Amino acid sequence: MADRRSTGRGADRVILYAVLLCLALLFLLPVYVMVCNSVKPLDEIRGGNLMALPIAWTIEPWLTAWSTAQIGVQPTGLKPYFLNSFLLVVPAVAISTLIGALNGYILTQFRFRGANLLFAAMLFSVFIPFQIVLIPMAKTLGILGLAGTVKGLVFVNVVYGIGFTTLFFRNYYAAFPHELIRSARMDGADFFGVLVRILLPSSGPIIVVTVIWQFTNIWNEFLFGASFSDYSSFPITVALNNLVNSSTGVKEYNVHFAGAFIAAIPTLVVYLVSGKYFVRGLMAGSVKG
Amino acid sequence: MATLDLINVEKSFGPTKILHDISISLADGEFLVLVGPSGCGKSTLMNIIAGLEEPSAGQLRLDGRDITPLPPADRNISMVFQSYALYPNMTVAKNIEFPLAMRKVEKSKRAERVKSVAKLLQIEHLLERKPRQLSGGQRQRVAIGRALAREPRLYLFDEPLSNLDAQLRLDMRTEIKKLHQRLGATIVYVTHDQIEAMTLATRIAVMKGGVLQQLGTPYEVYNRPANIFVAGFMGSPRMNLVNARLMQNSSGLALDIQTGVRTPVRIDLPDMPSAMNAHIGTDVIAGIRAEAVNLVRAGMVAGPTERVFDARVEVIEPTGADTLVVLDLGGNEFTVRLEPDVSLKPGQDARFFVDLAKLVCFDAKTERLIA
Repeated sequence: MADRRSTGRGADRVILYAVLLCLALLFLLPVYVMVCNSVKPLDEIRGGNLMALPIAWTIEPWLTAWSTAQIGVQPTGLKPYFLNSFLLVVPAVAISTLIGALNGYILTQFRFRGANLLFAAMLFSVFIPFQIVLIPMAKTLGILGLAGTVKGLVFVNVVYGIGFTTLFFRNYYAAFPHELIRSARMDGADFFGVLVRILLPSSGPIIVVTVIWQFTNIWNEFLFGASFSDYSSFPITVALNNLVNSSTGVKEYNVHFAGAFIAAIPTLVVYLVSGKYFVRGLMAGSVKG
Repeated sequence: MATLDLINVEKSFGPTKILHDISISLADGEFLVLVGPSGCGKSTLMNIIAGLEEPSAGQLRLDGRDITPLPPADRNISMVFQSYALYPNMTVAKNIEFPLAMRKVEKSKRAERVKSVAKLLQIEHLLERKPRQLSGGQRQRVAIGRALAREPRLYLFDEPLSNLDAQLRLDMRTEIKKLHQRLGATIVYVTHDQIEAMTLATRIAVMKGGVLQQLGTPYEVYNRPANIFVAGFMGSPRMNLVNARLMQNSSGLALDIQTGVRTPVRIDLPDMPSAMNAHIGTDVIAGIRAEAVNLVRAGMVAGPTERVFDARVEVIEPTGADTLVVLDLGGNEFTVRLEPDVSLKPGQDARFFVDLAKLVCFDAKTERLIA
């Protein structure tokens, strides 16, 4: 096999890698355009070529996007909204993941009447389009007194995330050895003891999957953010939209590029750090070994 | 340790009855083996004792105390599972410690207990390892160690040896027996392996279809099986069962055995239980163990309970320790256990002694032991 590949298949390999390289460059092109133009003065963008490297390098657009761009009433930059998104994402991810784990535990380990029906109903929530729930959700948030707050957005995203997180954990725990749970019960672990001491410590891969999934979804979520927040509680996606769509003055493309990149950094980091766990976790349980 | 009483325990799932009216009383220090083919309800019964399943009717008493409504954790019962069920995220030491930690036992006491259990089972060098780094036999020891750690009133073993390879299974079997002798613990043990049942038990409960077929010592179950099922299930090779008619002879009872086209062979019986008299003239099934038969050699004289018969050798199966020989007895197969160096050939006719001292007879209709 090895020698055949090195002689006859050599040319094929070269072509294959050339094609792959071209495709990779094609996919990286938008990133290049964003980064490259975010470090150019505005004149260079207007006067020249989007693809050209900057002549005069500057980080001014990044600083403007971060701290002085006009987004709300005040020229605050993206900074406070970036923080809003973290205040939204961290609790929303943590709560929806924990509830998913709890649901998965209950749905797999306590075969109560209607368990499958309940699971099907939760699964169905995954397929409900966001737009349908906007008005009822606005009403609910009003009743709860959470309208226009980050807490309200946390609530909305947790509710919407439970379907996914339950699906992930239920399927993971369905393959979990039943005897372990029985053993823990006999050893004296109570309801939460089993979850906290036996199930969760063995749930590494699925927790990673759920956290990445929820983090990217909630971080990138726009519609709920635009509908249920106000100037003080905008998440980064809405702030970015306001930055780019502000109709006053000239379009500062370099600032827009920098802002878009800032908004994308956290999800990029999450993928780069734990992407391999993501694939591994999605496969877990589907194949033996 | 403890006494255990199962009183009229029943279990049904909807209209399907899994367990029919099981009553068993265990004295302190007994080793009860629940044995039967798969689907006989033995595992369900064990889960009911453990508290993992609820009985539909009946009561469980541990040391005379009603434990039926108690959850598993409050019963003070330890269980060793077939898959060992070691917690994969914990070291061996943490696994053994777990039931103690759950009971909020003091830390220093826990460490002490882990140490002594590890010493008893010779797993001291494994304490810092994770379960996935252990071999099957080592996992088994750890699982037993975890059960021992909290010194429960009762131990349950759910087919603990069935995941081990043959040699290790024998070693662990001996070890479990040793452990029982040393601890004097009350144990309930589930298996489908009748040899495990025979070797380990002080008493055996043979089950089939959710019905307790027989409860007795290994000796009783082996030599006086309560019915045809137990006779066939316990012992390897299985008990030979021969259709016959019970007759009254001048000297006592006799069996007429129909052997094909010829006239029945009549065998005079030694003293039998008086209950047999009620069955004179009816069809019975005679049960004879393979080891009750010997090859007749020159100069041998039949003992008072021995009878002579002729048969053709069909198959010879040497096992090393002895030789199993399948005989053709008037169209019926009849397996006998002979000495290892027996010189027989397939197709050969030979003369045998059969010792009727341990002959058992079953009613041909009810298939129950006549006793």
